[in-house]
Amino acid sequence: MSFDWMKIPYALLTLFIIINFGYLQNALIQKIAARVGRRYGIPVWQNYFDVIKNYGQRSSITHGVMYYLGPVFRLTGGVGLLLFVPSIYGSEVFSNFSFAGDLILALYFIFFGTLGMALGAAESGHPYSAIGITRGLSQVTAAELPLALAVFSVALQYQTLSITEIVAAQQGSVLNWTLFTNPLAVAAAMLSFLGSMMRPPFDVVLAPQEIPIGPPTEYHSSYLALMQTNRAIFPVAKIVIYMALFFGGAASWPVFFLKVFLIYLWSAFVGVVFPRFRVEQSIRWFMIWAVPLGVLSVVVV
Amino acid sequence: MKSELKKHIVKGPDGFEFEVDPLRDYYCEAAPTVMPPAYLKIVENFLNWARAQSLWILGFGTGCGAIEMRPLMTPRFDAYRYGVQWRPTPRQANLFIISGYLSVKTLKRVIRSYEQMQNPKYVIGLGSCTLNGGMYWDSYNTIKCLDDYLPVDLYIAGCMPRPEALLAGFEDLKKLIRAGKAEGANQYAEHFDWYKANQKRVIHDWDMPDYNW
Repeated sequence: MSFDWMKIPYALLTLFIIINFGYLQNALIQKIAARVGRRYGIPVWQNYFDVIKNYGQRSSITHGVMYYLGPVFRLTGGVGLLLFVPSIYGSEVFSNFSFAGDLILALYFIFFGTLGMALGAAESGHPYSAIGITRGLSQVTAAELPLALAVFSVALQYQTLSITEIVAAQQGSVLNWTLFTNPLAVAAAMLSFLGSMMRPPFDVVLAPQEIPIGPPTEYHSSYLALMQTNRAIFPVAKIVIYMALFFGGAASWPVFFLKVFLIYLWSAFVGVVFPRFRVEQSIRWFMIWAVPLGVLSVVVV
Repeated sequence: MKSELKKHIVKGPDGFEFEVDPLRDYYCEAAPTVMPPAYLKIVENFLNWARAQSLWILGFGTGCGAIEMRPLMTPRFDAYRYGVQWRPTPRQANLFIISGYLSVKTLKRVIRSYEQMQNPKYVIGLGSCTLNGGMYWDSYNTIKCLDDYLPVDLYIAGCMPRPEALLAGFEDLKKLIRAGKAEGANQYAEHFDWYKANQKRVIHDWDMPDYNW
């Protein structure tokens, strides 16, 4: 099998676009949430300042090897997720390293960052990190179940594990989207989506007022900057999968930006309306509302 | 010194016994060092520009002035639009606001929190109590002049200064940072012995290591 070396600069270009889009979008979403609270909100370029400042901190301390690797794993999860999924449908340049079984790999990468974070934060030895990790892992596992079921349902429906083929099957008309051909799976996945975006009502993992900030309590300087970089990439990468599986993918960058923003807005909308769940409440919520939908979607297909 | 801080034998879950000296084993005692600015002036200016736009306050209300910081987070004053945010942990923060009078007991916690913050870091003294003791000038258990214990970059005088005064203070601090004049962390490292001697003069039950990161 020959490898097309041009894919590497193309993938880096995708990464560059996504990072910048991610920073601006995160700030915009924060601004929207602030406007709901009648505040003016942060400037849209605030995230750039924060990241540059954190990379530019002069001192940093370490707690061990895993402490180093935590943010690195997290960033790997985000970048890996992004690079193994085609960003723009039908584009040679922005199809990245997608291949026939990329759907399974994507499911794995969604979980990868959380696991890396668990190892890294555990080594920092801070009790709040441990509490945050316990909550994070239980909640992400509960939220991942309906998503996995929805993905199985979609894979069964289209008889393929390739994201490109799934997107191809949805082209033509809006009515061909999975949203209309398999609404149960989409409903289950969108409920699961809320659980992994770190926004209320499912932000008890970070809970800044309660367990200072959860897993990243001890992270600072460039460690934190790495995690902030991932914070820009990961949500977009995750939404790309949702967009490709359920909302017909995107054939150009403007459509891509619009769809990603609207899907993100769904979690922001729910976030400003509902208060925070405790972790056992959120797990129960996923088990009662999201998992049965997922099971049903698999059964119906 | 508290009994749990003395050397003692700990029995592990596997039955193995080992000796623990909390002050040596749980903390790093290496004194802070002066961290020079970036070699290239243009790089340092660029970083200072970013630092000035991103002030992360340690959410630690030390005195009654803390009540003036709450309105800054809410719609009326909304400091977030000036790049000022609150962080819940000293590791991630770079601005420490000593909000009002500082009792000797709180000073201990303040020192530990300050030392956990990463270089470069800034300190704002809020209210007259931090300048000269204010209305607590003859109190037996508050410190009078904050400058003797921590390197202060900026004082905001008043009793209490209003949130607008704080916002103006942030703008002044930004100017200092951009000009490269806010080097409190390095000043602390340079005159470490002087600061420690001052701190130990008022804190009589000193039961912590001299420096913990």
